[in-house]
Amino acid sequence: MPVLPLLGDEAIAQGALDAGLSGMYAYPGTPSTEIMEYIQRSPLAAQRNVHREWSSNEKTAVESALGMSYAGRRAMAAMKHVGLNVAADPFINSAITGVIGGMVVVSADDPSMHSSQNEQDSRFYGKFAMVPMFEPSTQQEAYDMARYAFGLSERVGLPVLLRMVTRLAHSRAAVKTVDTPGEENKMHLPSDPMRFVLLPVNARKRYKVLIGTQSHLVEEAEKSPFNKYIDGEDKSMGIIASGVAYNYLMENFPGQKVPYPVVKIGQYPLPVDMIRRLFDEVDKVLVLEEGYPFIEDQLTGLLTAGKVIGRYTGNVPRTGELDPTIVGEVLGLEPKKAFEVPADVVKGRPPQLCPGCGHIDVYMGLNKVMEKYGPGHVFSDIGCYTLGALPPYNAINTCVDMGASITMAKGAADAGVRPAVAVIGDSTFTHSGMTGLLDAVIENTPITVIISDNSLVAMTGGQESHAKDRLVEICKGLGVHPDHIRTIVPLPKSRDRIAQMIQEEIDYDGVSVIIASRPCVTHTISLKRKQRAKQQTNK
Amino acid sequence: MKTDIVLSGVGGQGILTIAAIISWAAVRNNMNVKQSEVHGMSQRGGSVYSHLRLSTEPISSDLIPYGGADLILSVEPMESLRYLPFLSKEGWLVTNIKPVKNIPDYPPEEDLIKAIEQLPHHVYLDADKLARDIQATKSANIIMLGAASPFLGLKYEDLEWAIEKQFKSKGQDIVDINKKALKLGFDEAKRLFPDMA
Ligand SMILES: Cc1ncc(C[n+]2csc(CCOP(=O)(O)OP(=O)(O)O)c2C)c(N)n1
Ligand code: SF4
Repeated sequence: MPVLPLLGDEAIAQGALDAGLSGMYAYPGTPSTEIMEYIQRSPLAAQRNVHREWSSNEKTAVESALGMSYAGRRAMAAMKHVGLNVAADPFINSAITGVIGGMVVVSADDPSMHSSQNEQDSRFYGKFAMVPMFEPSTQQEAYDMARYAFGLSERVGLPVLLRMVTRLAHSRAAVKTVDTPGEENKMHLPSDPMRFVLLPVNARKRYKVLIGTQSHLVEEAEKSPFNKYIDGEDKSMGIIASGVAYNYLMENFPGQKVPYPVVKIGQYPLPVDMIRRLFDEVDKVLVLEEGYPFIEDQLTGLLTAGKVIGRYTGNVPRTGELDPTIVGEVLGLEPKKAFEVPADVVKGRPPQLCPGCGHIDVYMGLNKVMEKYGPGHVFSDIGCYTLGALPPYNAINTCVDMGASITMAKGAADAGVRPAVAVIGDSTFTHSGMTGLLDAVIENTPITVIISDNSLVAMTGGQESHAKDRLVEICKGLGVHPDHIRTIVPLPKSRDRIAQMIQEEIDYDGVSVIIASRPCVTHTISLKRKQRAKQQTNK
Repeated sequence: MKTDIVLSGVGGQGILTIAAIISWAAVRNNMNVKQSEVHGMSQRGGSVYSHLRLSTEPISSDLIPYGGADLILSVEPMESLRYLPFLSKEGWLVTNIKPVKNIPDYPPEEDLIKAIEQLPHHVYLDADKLARDIQATKSANIIMLGAASPFLGLKYEDLEWAIEKQFKSKGQDIVDINKKALKLGFDEAKRLFPDMA
């Protein structure tokens, strides 16, 4: 039984491969990126020629995974939590069509927003879609659950959601893996393809099937190896702990048993009987869960407050990540902190654009022009260039969700804002900027779009960008007038020319795109190395 | 037996390499290891840290509780102080004293040293200078690992073995220079702080 030192993300990837995965689909996003990267490095994936190229965005990833499942084979799609917003449409609807080959969607949440714009809890999507869901607490469970999830998915004919959180995704530990990876499914077309035609007449039937399966999903959860009732002497309180919150609970009782009865949750929908048993035995129930009060919400509803305590009741902090210290406090244990941070000498050290980065030249040029218009005219997006919001640049005024720079600039221009400038990265542009640009082209809205193109996805550590060398053609294809598609290499010496170009395009009363292209100074070499290694394993 | 370590520094200073080497050495001794890393946004010149836990017993949490760390091992002085709430009463702080001044309000270095010296158990040295002395400018992190080597609960030769494993693919020269850096950090820490364990 090989034992491998794996990140939580890598454990999922290995688990999927060992379950006979045929297709991996993903768009990068912290903390989920390492799942695809592991599969791209995996000799087994290369030998089996498992699909392992990045998708343009999370929606295309989930749809492709569904297509592979339609053809009978096992597929996985991975994304960060906000990626599931983008993929919500195919995800929710894949529960209506159901799946043929096992399909697992991994969504990695980021409590405390280490690298994200919110800390939304993906478990609500699982419940919304009415599909089974897993929440690992250890790397070993991440591996075991990934393997198990494909079988369950095929057994119940539904996609399965695997919910990760940053801490587990990016923590490494030894994982026991199987000796022989499972075989891949053979390709075959569905025997009843009509179920994939979600015309109302079919969708209504399929929806009833989904509803009908729910009680079976609860039965699966009751007997799941990942849900456990652990008895305890002290019945003054019972604890329901899920995912990594369970670890933080255990950390507070090293080498001992937890004195209270504990229900450990790793598989959803919630095992009702197990929870009812706990309720009947104890005076109150503490819910420890990473993320939103998801379990607590289901236990208390609107009216039955009192017996359940957790994030809603303020016994556990309402926001932010848990850790062993916080859980110790919640349990009323003696704090062990011995030293404070000497705040007078420890200053904040925010992330910054790397010295020599092309985004800097773009912003320096842009700032020269925008000075006379005052703040409020620059709509931006998500990527390394978002750091342009901080000093010394203070160059951008928005960052909301991927692609929103172009569309928000358009809306502001519609409202009369002149000039309205959008700054977007190359990968964000192909993720979801292109459709917004088409909107602007249709109406010839006066916006100036700057694509700051470093020819890779830098924010997430240097992955291939789908925009590569295609930006001019894409913009032409979308209908931007060729005279107003401008290109430049952003360098310190070209800042004045960038400024001049921006000014000219601002003065034009229509859609223009300025493409500023220079490879990322930090990740280009390592990406080339990765690409070469991939070619090697493919031989 | 357990050792809980907080590694800290600035993005790009190689704390994950230190973590990997310690982990290899611990695994060689059949210990359990959990190592939580920081990926994403803050890697870009911001503060980075890693919690590294070694134990002969099963490890529950990926994160160390406040007051639980036996060692803070830092490649940057201001960063060494950021994680003090994690340090146990008896724990050691071992840090490189060479600052990375990529923020406008970086504190005076004397003040940092004063704060470090207030801790009951501390070791500090200029690893960047030592690394330059042996023409191994990329090995300041390994010098700090050497300085902290008495506090890891691991045998020195296991660390050497782990360095071999970590750098083998880059050639014997790189292995040797890093072994030298490890030794230099160990010797220099002993020379400056003879009372250390
Ligand atoms: C929906 C969604 N998916 C993924 C991410 C994670 N993410 C943030 S920025 C980014 C890509 C940035 O690439 P690019 O636009 O080329 O800018 P760069 O970082 O290379 O400067 C990604 C994948 C996200 N924030 N939201
Ligand atoms: S990683 Fe690349 S794109 Fe990001 S700030 Fe550094 S040089 Fe710029």
